[in-house]
Amino acid sequence: MNLSMLRPAAPAIAPVERSPGYWGEVFNRVCRDPIALAVAAVILALLALAVLGPWAVPGDPFTTSMFKRLKPIGTEGFPLGTDELGRDMLSRLMLGTRLSLFMGITPVVFAFFIGGAIGVVAGYFGGWLNSLIMRTVDVFYAFPSVLLAIAFSGALGAGVNNALISLTLVFVPQVARIAESVTTQVRNRDYIEAARASGAGAFTIIRSQVLGNVLGPIFVFTTGLISVSMILASGLSFLGLGVTPPEPEWGLMLNTLRTAIYTQPWVSALPGAMIFITSISFNVLADRLRAAMAVRS
Amino acid sequence: MLAYTFRRLLLATPILLGVALVCFMLVHLAPGDPLVSVMPPDASEALREQLVKAYGFDKPLPVQFGLWLWHALHGDLGMSIASGRSVASEVFNAVGYSLRLAVLATVIGFMFGSLFGFVGGYFQGSWLDKLASACSAIGVSVPHYWLGMLMVIVFSSQLGWLPATGGGPMGQSAWAWDWAHLQFMVLPAITLSVIPTGIIARTVRAQVAEILAQEFIVGLRAKGLGEWGLFRHVVKNAAPTAMAVMGLQIGYLMGGSILVETVFAWPGTGLLLNSAIFQRDLPLLQGTIWVLALFFVVLNLLVDILQTLLDPRIKRG
Repeated sequence: MNLSMLRPAAPAIAPVERSPGYWGEVFNRVCRDPIALAVAAVILALLALAVLGPWAVPGDPFTTSMFKRLKPIGTEGFPLGTDELGRDMLSRLMLGTRLSLFMGITPVVFAFFIGGAIGVVAGYFGGWLNSLIMRTVDVFYAFPSVLLAIAFSGALGAGVNNALISLTLVFVPQVARIAESVTTQVRNRDYIEAARASGAGAFTIIRSQVLGNVLGPIFVFTTGLISVSMILASGLSFLGLGVTPPEPEWGLMLNTLRTAIYTQPWVSALPGAMIFITSISFNVLADRLRAAMAVRS
Repeated sequence: MLAYTFRRLLLATPILLGVALVCFMLVHLAPGDPLVSVMPPDASEALREQLVKAYGFDKPLPVQFGLWLWHALHGDLGMSIASGRSVASEVFNAVGYSLRLAVLATVIGFMFGSLFGFVGGYFQGSWLDKLASACSAIGVSVPHYWLGMLMVIVFSSQLGWLPATGGGPMGQSAWAWDWAHLQFMVLPAITLSVIPTGIIARTVRAQVAEILAQEFIVGLRAKGLGEWGLFRHVVKNAAPTAMAVMGLQIGYLMGGSILVETVFAWPGTGLLLNSAIFQRDLPLLQGTIWVLALFFVVLNLLVDILQTLLDPRIKRG
């Protein structure tokens, strides 16, 4: 009789695996989500186009031609047709990625830092400072965001810088509000109390204890704003308030092609399709990211 | 309840003041002399002085603000620089058009949004839910000015079913509730309804999912209540929030329809703002934005109070 058969099998020792940590877990979850991966790929492609635009364009995006105006999609040499001045649509759409993404993302990045700082300060210190900051934020909240953006850039006048300032002003209060609410939630936790008891100053506590706990939610909320910002930024250019011609930007292209919707309807709708693809990709990615971050385990 | 309403009104006062201050500052935010747009380029120094006095620009800013607010509260928003007419009457006319459009768009959005939301909440995770979620994601992230252009391309240019632009038949300036006028409203209203549809669908879906997970649903099921009876309970519980979101959407659309109104040349506040911007008509810009923001704040307040009336569980401070 073979005794070894009776002996219980030694339990397989699981290889000690380092826990991936919270952010690692979030990353893993996103990687297992096919929709998130698909939209992330679209966004990466757009970003690549934004960087490589001038070297990747097949034709000349600035050469105008009286004879080649408003050619339909599929014309020889102009795969996506030509615009109202005879410029190659494909090249302009590709080159336009750079300015359009820049106009849409920059205000959100500014708002993340400015609004985040304002909100964390208001939330951490509380008291009259909080009241002062948050009541001011409430005033800006009392305007619908499209109206606020148009009010500011309407008063400031057209131009890239003015549009960026207006959009930043629109998003700062929104980020500040979220930052304030998450900071208020953590400011009275025991570990903050402990840090305070150890004699750490306010700045040190914010840097070492608060930020790590609030940056995640603020970041996720801010990524969700990119989609709106893309639509608003292009909307300002569409109204003639943002980018000025002849720079290629999708909103502005949509504006100048508006007169052509009866002659070349589908060519004139192309820039809007680019705005839509960008906006929905950022929206879905932010949504998926939020879902992946929701369960802390 | 009365005390609550009063407290809400009191809390809204500083916000209303702040809103007025922001609108007032818009004119001073504009680069250069605020008078440049009013004066002829070759104006003499004497004329300039006279205008500065007439507009009150020689007084200190706080005094100017006080005067502006005082006049504004009495319905005097100044004169439009471009047309020379009173800003208040121009805005009043345009608000009517914008409000009609916003209300119709919100009603359409509420119908489709609730439908998608209920379907998504009831059949969570099914393909129907995914379809509804996809529709609401599209609704929130489609550039509505582009959607408007697509509408014009398909329904006006290609099919020729509906007029593309304008607020009524040629040569008629007054609004009437007949098909001749209403047909101008169809495309902009559908375009504008896409945003509230997406937002209401998301809210309702989350609400329905939350309600269905609660214990009283299990209790009602255990007691033998049929699916329809259960549905009534879900609707009753989801309604206050959905209505609140719908009310707020009217305000958002009033202020946010400028792009859509521009595409369809709908003679509302959006088109007014657009012309104010391009003619550098700052009093008109300022007045229109103030009225729209005021509308938004008051609507918020009303929704808050009504919601507390409908659902006494929420007495928010």
